[in-house]
Amino acid sequence: MKITFKLYATLQNLLPSEAVDNAVEVEVDEQATLYDVIDHFRVPHASAHLVLINGVYFGADERAQPGLISPGDVVAIWPPVAGG
Amino acid sequence: MAWTRQVLRVNLSEGSCIPEPLNMDWANQYLGQRGLATRYLVEEIDPQCDALGPDNKLIMATGPLTGTMASTGGRYSVITKSPLTGTVACSNSGGFFGAELKNAGWDMIIFEGKAAEPMYLHIENDSAKLVPASDLWGKSCWETDEMLHARHQDPQMRVAVVGRSAEQGCLYSAVINDLHRAAGRSGVGTVMASKNLKAVTVRGTLGVGNIQDPARFMSAVNAGKKVLAENPVTGEGLPALGTQVLMNVINEVGAMPTRNMRESQFEGASKISGEAMLEPRESDGKANLTRNGGCFACTIACGRISTIDREHFSVKEKPQYWGNSGGLEYEAAWALGSDTGVDDLDALTYANFLCNEDGMDPISFGATVAAAMELFEEGVITTQHTDGVELKFGNAQALCWAAEQVATGTGFGADLHLGSRRLCEKYGRPELSMTVKGQEFPAYDPRGIQGMGLTYATSNRGACHLRSYTVSSEILGVPEKTDPLQTEGKAGLVKAFQDATAAVDSAGLCVFTTFAWTLDDIAPQIDAACDGDWSPERLVEVGERIWQLERDFNMKAGITGADDTLPQRLLKDAAKSGPAKGKVCELGDMLPEYYQLRGWTADGQLTAETRSKFGLPS
Repeated sequence: MKITFKLYATLQNLLPSEAVDNAVEVEVDEQATLYDVIDHFRVPHASAHLVLINGVYFGADERAQPGLISPGDVVAIWPPVAGG
Repeated sequence: MAWTRQVLRVNLSEGSCIPEPLNMDWANQYLGQRGLATRYLVEEIDPQCDALGPDNKLIMATGPLTGTMASTGGRYSVITKSPLTGTVACSNSGGFFGAELKNAGWDMIIFEGKAAEPMYLHIENDSAKLVPASDLWGKSCWETDEMLHARHQDPQMRVAVVGRSAEQGCLYSAVINDLHRAAGRSGVGTVMASKNLKAVTVRGTLGVGNIQDPARFMSAVNAGKKVLAENPVTGEGLPALGTQVLMNVINEVGAMPTRNMRESQFEGASKISGEAMLEPRESDGKANLTRNGGCFACTIACGRISTIDREHFSVKEKPQYWGNSGGLEYEAAWALGSDTGVDDLDALTYANFLCNEDGMDPISFGATVAAAMELFEEGVITTQHTDGVELKFGNAQALCWAAEQVATGTGFGADLHLGSRRLCEKYGRPELSMTVKGQEFPAYDPRGIQGMGLTYATSNRGACHLRSYTVSSEILGVPEKTDPLQTEGKAGLVKAFQDATAAVDSAGLCVFTTFAWTLDDIAPQIDAACDGDWSPERLVEVGERIWQLERDFNMKAGITGADDTLPQRLLKDAAKSGPAKGKVCELGDMLPEYYQLRGWTADGQLTAETRSKFGLPS
């Protein structure tokens, strides 16, 4: 299935060169877990702090679980960030 | 003991500058800066006084750690009654001015009365004098800073100044120090200008030499710096991308207030984000961001130093704006950008430069322009009001024009000086004002971050994110992740953030340290610097006392529990997209519990028991 993958902040250099606006389309297995996607882009697990599917946060205990990602979903990842 | 124990009292009506000892009983109860100066304000002014009249006072206050080697220990605050909200105003600024004031030997300056003609206060250590400033009146903050430095011939002298917007009565004018740092919110600069006080110049060479236990202080400070350096937020993220790292995050989670908060996601967010500020532009290959910058003693350095594309319409004929200056922080980028629907990074940077140059709070300015744009699109404001300008959402030229008008108070700028609430009231559409207690919202839609709804409704200075930044927990997972769409537990979360932040704001430290530090990291630094025992528990108690004192002032000023609310748009109109789609802010689920935790009545009044518990003045 095709999903959109986004990577931001100090992790954005891990995106492939074809990425536009920090986003790239990627084909993943129907049963792909969040960690499968994270590993595909070589994002260190410790740096994958905010992991969102369509803007909704998924914690570390859910990231090895298949079936969370659906075709057309947007998976977006940030390292620990804050501001104000 | 870190306090200098010296207060400078400046009576502008009489032209006197008189030192007096700091009230140490109050320092022990309220620590410094925000808390301690509020205690002085409560003692010395009638809460119902005219904020822009001579009976109001304005206090510039440092904290015990201001001017020390503690990381971020360069903060000062401006405390007064706000002309925008009618509540207590307390606006915190970094840069170098606060540390310089402390190094000159002063914990705070209390300004009272009103000068007969424009003046500035010049301080060199224990020497303080008022100097005529008629030649400075009518000049921008930047021009004034340059003229004062030329006059005094001391490049290390620090300047805090008000711009033309404040002189013209703009209700959200800031005090600008060090060219682009601001005590930004609630119109504290407007109060300063109302007293005919144009600037404060200060040079301090005395140092902060009265640390209680220097060896233990150095050890505690070094331990704190290590925590900041090793934390990925304060050690990597903030220096690299600044607060602007949030633009894409908040948009992704569906909490980006857009087009006067009609929507909660902005299609142009990526173009005005921290990541976009790093992208080389086509014209000259340079990025918007030149480098990061730090305030006094800061080991985070989140500040942005930026340039505008010289080919951009806003500055093509204005070379004075081609150089480096203070760039976009997230709050400015949001208010000037998504709230007005403008996704032109250079236009936002130009408007931000003007906010610094003439001392406008970019949050209130941007949100007021956004309200005006909605009034324009509704046909209430027309091109007859705007001298032909199409004040529509997304119009970058209109945004830049508005900034120029507000900077000088000309034309439609006089209407924009009113702020969102008074502007919408003037044009008969008060429901379009996105404010609480008259102050414009910051950059988080409370339909998507429920705790921020309670934060805004109960903030002691009107809508504000810096009174309780629950975004940290609800969205960013710092220190622990909570669900932004749930209301359960948020009353306690908001109260905890409010109390801890009040303590940090009173210490002389930057609240951004708390992305890495807890009070367990901060207390040892205060404890080593100050006499007395300063535990984390005592800091929480001091923080809560400050909160209660501010609330008490506001109630005496005429605020009631009915003012602890949000615009109907956020309570009735559901979010249209993102994770919060279909949701409103459920303030009613959180407010009663919050009142209970505060020890207030069901209608938000302080009880006699609560007043007694915290030793509040009668």
